[in-house]
Order: sequence, then C-alpha cells, then structure tokens
Amino acid sequence: MSTDDQVLEEFTSKEYEHGWSVDFEADEAPMGLNEDIVKFISHKKNEPEWLLAWRLKSFRYWAQLEEPKWGNVHYPKIDYQALKYYSAPKKGGKVKSLDELDPEMIKTFERLGISLNEQKRLSGIAVDAVIDSVSVATTFKETLGKLGIIFCSFSEAVLEHPELIKKYLGSVVPAADNYYAALNSAVFSDGSFCYIPRGVRCPMELSTYFRINAANTGQFERTLIVAEDDSYVSYLEGCTAPMRDENQLHAAVVEIYAAKNAEVKYSTVQNWYPGNKEGVGGIYNFVTKRGICAGDHAKISWTQVETGSAVTWKYPSCILKGDYSIGEFYSVAVTNNYQQADTGTKMIHLGKHTKSRIVSKGISAGKSQNSYRGHVNISKRATHSRNFSQCDSLLMGNQCGAHTFPYIDVENSSSQIEHEATTSKIGEDQIFYCKQRGLDEESSVALIVNGFAKEVMNNLPMEFAVEAQKLLALTLEGSVG
Amino acid sequence: MISIKNLHANIEGKEILKGINLEVKSGEVHAIMGPNGSGKSTLASVLAGRDGYEITEGSVVFEDKNLLDLEAEERAREGIFLAFQYPVEIPGVSTTNFLKTAMNQIRQYRGEKSLDAVAFLKLMKAKMKLVEIDQALLSRSLNEGFSGGEKKRNEIFQMAMLEPKLAILDETDSGLDIDALRIVAHGVNSLKSKDNASILITHYQRLLDYIVPDFVHVLFDGKIVKTGDKSLAMELEKKGYDWIKAEHGSLETI
Ligand SMILES: Nc1ncnc2c1ncn2[C@@H]1O[C@H](COP(=O)(O)OP(=O)(O)O)[C@@H](O)[C@H]1O
Ligand SMILES: [Mg+2]
Repeated sequence: MSTDDQVLEEFTSKEYEHGWSVDFEADEAPMGLNEDIVKFISHKKNEPEWLLAWRLKSFRYWAQLEEPKWGNVHYPKIDYQALKYYSAPKKGGKVKSLDELDPEMIKTFERLGISLNEQKRLSGIAVDAVIDSVSVATTFKETLGKLGIIFCSFSEAVLEHPELIKKYLGSVVPAADNYYAALNSAVFSDGSFCYIPRGVRCPMELSTYFRINAANTGQFERTLIVAEDDSYVSYLEGCTAPMRDENQLHAAVVEIYAAKNAEVKYSTVQNWYPGNKEGVGGIYNFVTKRGICAGDHAKISWTQVETGSAVTWKYPSCILKGDYSIGEFYSVAVTNNYQQADTGTKMIHLGKHTKSRIVSKGISAGKSQNSYRGHVNISKRATHSRNFSQCDSLLMGNQCGAHTFPYIDVENSSSQIEHEATTSKIGEDQIFYCKQRGLDEESSVALIVNGFAKEVMNNLPMEFAVEAQKLLALTLEGSVG
Repeated sequence: MISIKNLHANIEGKEILKGINLEVKSGEVHAIMGPNGSGKSTLASVLAGRDGYEITEGSVVFEDKNLLDLEAEERAREGIFLAFQYPVEIPGVSTTNFLKTAMNQIRQYRGEKSLDAVAFLKLMKAKMKLVEIDQALLSRSLNEGFSGGEKKRNEIFQMAMLEPKLAILDETDSGLDIDALRIVAHGVNSLKSKDNASILITHYQRLLDYIVPDFVHVLFDGKIVKTGDKSLAMELEKKGYDWIKAEHGSLETI
C-alpha cells in the first residue's frame, strides 16, 4: 500500500534515468567479427581448449545462418562487422575483495541504485555486477559458499567449476538453437553462474545487474542456473544502458536447469535504453531464455517486466520434461514512442500431468507495436496436462498496435487448454475519475496501468516490484493528453 | 462558497448549459432536479473540470478562485468532490490503494504531510462505519463487479474520506433500495457542517425525505427555471415535469 505511493512520488524525471555513461579505460577487441575475434575473447578469459572449440563451432554455424525474419519487428539490417565484441573496463575484473574494486565502478553502480557494499545492503540480495563484457563484482559469495551455493561470474565458473559448465552449457539452449543463440555462443563474454546443491533453499535473492557502458559494443552475456533436486532459488536480473544515438545489440542467453522437485523463479526488469521519442537509438534486445524442468515435480517460473529497448525479441520458455512439472510465464511488456516488442513464451509439455500458466499483459502507447507470441505444445506423451493462457492488451491512444499470435498444439485428448484474451483502452473516463479525486494525469495513468499489470507485478520480489512500478509509469509518461 | 454566473457550455458544438446562475454558501444543501437530458450531469462535469466542454460564457468562483482556470485535479484538491452518476471501474486497483494515493496527492498540494499507514487505517475504519461498508469491498478492484448500490455507497465512502468543501452528488440515489438510500443519506447528513456545502442532483423527491435541502432548483433545458424550498420538490413529485415543460418549453421551439 505505502510502496505504491512512494512510487508515485518518486517519478518526477521524465527522461530515461540511466542514460549517462562513464569513461572507463577499456580493454577492447577490434571492430568486427571473425574467428580471430572469437579466439581473442577466449584467450582474454584464459579459457580451456574445449570451450574455444565450442565457440568456434558456434561461430561457424552462425556464419551460415540468416537473421530470423518472422518476428513482428522492423529495423535496419544490422552490420555485424561494425560492432565490437569485447570491452572490459581496465581496472575491472578479477578482484579478490570489493576493497580492490575501482571506486569509479562502485560509484557507477551506486548511481544505478545498486550497492556493491555488503554491509550497506538492506535486504538480503547477492549481486553479480556486469559492465559491458565482464563481471566486476559478486557480493555475498562467502555467505552463500557455506551452503555449497556457487554464485559467481561466468568466466570464473569456467575456470573454477569446469565440470559443471561442461555438463550444462548449451544443454538447454544449444548453440545451434537460433541465430542469436549461435552468435552468443561464439562471442559471449560474461554473465552469471549459479548452482544450488541438492536440498538447499537459497536464503537470499540472487541477482545480476547488467550495464552496457561502452559505445559500439554488443553485449552478449550468458547466464546459467542449475538447481539440483529439492532446491530453491529466486533470481533477479536488471539492466540499463547509456543513451546513445546508434543502436546497440544485446543478445543474451539464459539457461535454467531444474532437477527433481527443484524450483527456480527468474525475474527480469528489462530497462535497456529504448531510444528517443523519434525512435533514434536504443538497444536491440534479442534474447534466448529457456528452462528445463528435467525432473519430476520441478517448477520454473519466469516473470518479466519489459519496459526498455528499441526492439525486443524474447520468449522465455519452459520445457516440461519431468512428470508433474510446472512452467509459468508472467509478463508485462510496455512500449511507447517507436518501441517494438515481440515477446511471449513457449511451453513444451513432454511429461505427464504437466501444467503451464501464461499471463501476458501488453501495454502500448505512442506509435509503438507490441506483440505477444506464444506457443503451447502438449505432446502425445504428456497426458493429463494443462495450460492456461491469458493475454491482455491495453492501448493508449490510437497510433499504437497490439497483436497476439498464440499457437497451440495438443497431441493427446486427456489434456486441457484454456485461452483468454482481451483488448482495452485506457478510458478518458477512467482518467477523469482519478483526477476528480485529486490525482494528476501521470499518477492516474500510473495507477491504471499498474492495476492492469498487477497480477504479474505480484510475482516480483518486493524490492523489484517497486522499481518495476516506477518504470512502467516512467515509460508511459507524456503518452496521454 | 461557489458562485456560478451566467454559465454557458457546449459539447461538440451543441449548447447544453444556457446561462446557469447559482449561489451556494457554506452550510447549505441545494437540490437540483429536472427531467432527463436537461443538463444536470453536464453541470456537474463542468464544475468538476471534465475535458471536452467548451465554456462560451460566464464565470464560476469557488472560494475566491476562478474555478474554470483550474485543472480537474486542482479543483479536487481545492475541495470539490463529485459522486459520479456512473462510477468507473479501475481493474487491479483497490479502493484503499486508490484513496491512499488520492489523499496523499491532495495533502501534498495543501502542504501537509502524507498520512502514515496507521493514521490512514484509523480514518478508514471510522468512515467505513459511517457508510456501513465492508473492508472486503474496499480491497476489491475499484467498482469492478460492484452492484449499483455498492458503487454508490463506495462513492459516499470516498467522499467521507476526502472531506470535501463542496460535494456534488449526481443521482447518487438512483437505483438504491430504501436501506441503501437511508445509509447514503445518513452518510451525507453526518458529514454536513457549517463549513461545507453540497449540491444534490436528483430525479426523485424521496432522497429529500432524508436529506432536507435549503433550496430546490429545477434545471430545464440548460437553465435553472425555478427555485424554491422543499415544497417545490413535493410539487414536482406530485405533478411531474410536464407543467415546467409547458411553461418553458415554448422558448425552445422558437
Ligand atoms: N458527450 C456528449 N456529446 C453530445 N451530447 C451530449 C454529451 N453528453 C451529454 N450530451 C447531451 O447533453 C444533454 C444533457 O445531458 P446530461 O447533462 O447528461 O443530462 P441529465 O444529467 O440532466 O440527464 C443531453 O441532451 C445529452 O444528450
Ligand atoms: Mg445525469
């Protein structure tokens, strides 16, 4: 109750808040993409031979692919040779303790509202902070280590836990899965790795905060979460980028492996720079996220609040392999000005008695286009399975578009599917009602929109929910009247 | 408190209010009656500052301020409250949350500190009792799936919480059964003080059995054509509006 009000009071600034950049001295790869660049990245990270081989194989595969065209998004052809694929702040990387970290770096994250100082953090959230291509700090490692939980940067995991990486890397999202996944597999730079041993409930939220800083640099991070039998973890991901006139590419891969009885909650607040009001600049956000419920009774739940990026192409999915496993997808996608989002999920039911639930809330304003794309597949073997999908769209003004593309395949007769969809407009009468009670226009819109998105917001961890509500409102500022 | 002079208003080029004059002082209760389509809701909307109306002539002064210069939310913060004839649904937003947000914006405007959760809850409890409304209803999405009576009672509850200087009740009595009507009237009566005033827009005299007005006005074809005391309402109840139409309708046909 009180958080809503704080939120409403807080958003006073109208522009993208995180649009500044810092001049870190950077260690960069030369522009362009070829096998030498792949080797350069691998070498920078002291990677083992097998990983370089995996990267090169991915690169060769990618080189012969075409960019996918089926998304309901339009943007100029990306010149993959005009990008840099590696950029690391020189003073970043590999610090033993936070005391050694470049104070500028700490300040950068403080400005983003992320404290890397463990003592200063109010709530129990461990953070892995990634700038451009490298992880610069991971907090609470020791606390977590006592429980056998591994939470570190991906690069570190490659060196320190090669057996785990070898076993799970590419096991959920194979390198050949799609164009961007192949690209990521070739050039991924850093990201987070998280391993929860059997029977352990992770006592704090784990979170990765991604920040693109350098210009002309693609960000290709990779996150891998492995939850062993009977374990639980809640994982948060946040991201921002400076305002730049050119578009920047972000092509991440997230893989989640949930063993028997394990539960993984993955929440994202995506706030990459969306471009300006005329549609200049902004991030191309082409992300592959997938989880597998490998064991019986496993559960994976995706919650995303997508407010940023110029173009979003993203379908966090679940493969429900274990019997009685559960997949959930809760999404709010807001687009304004010239933003385009094509997002949704895939629920692939393979095990018996598997359940999935999809709640998608799309909010479109300005001249933006917002598409929900979902695929529910219930295989022959997956008897007695269920899916419930709900896709609601809220339109503001009449120059934007909302689209739904639900694909449903049910290959057995004992399973059930329910699909509901609504489209509504924020009414002038709703806004007047709010104003008549003393709310200004922006708070009125914020209230109505947050009400619309409530079912999804309720799934976010508290700290994130506040930020997310604020973002929704910010994204839509100036879009009425 | 409010002084309306020669107010003319158009909607979509059509003149609806055709020179309204009305003076309401602190402590007074005014009833506005009139047949359907005479402009009662339009007057309420214009006073509350709804977009889409063009004021072509006249003035409205509210507590020394030129009301027509203020945005709808500023009017609300200055103390004008409209109980809607058709309250709007806001999915996913509870009455509680809605009111808390509204209240804090009003308080901020007036340079007062936000109410803390405890004080807010205490106030809510007191007002809930007054209009005999249930906590459960206040936790549900605002007006979504509410019965007609619940919506109206919720409007009065909001009024009780916000304690306006001038309350305009637009047909709050319509569609209420006798018990609900009594509760609503009780709410309105207990909030009445020498420092506030209300305008009751109504169709029926029966509300005025419970809330005794100081003045009764008849609005017809965008103008106040008759003003009297409670006995005028009785007369209207008995004779209907036809005699008014007969007296004034001729003006329109010229
Ligand atoms: N949005 C609108 N556009 C055009 N005409 C309107 C609109 N709203 C109201 N009117 C007209 O204005 C007149 C007065 O309506 P209203 O104020 O609702 O009357 P009352 O509340 O007295 O029944 C009616 O003739 C109605 O049709
Ligand atoms: Mg009316």
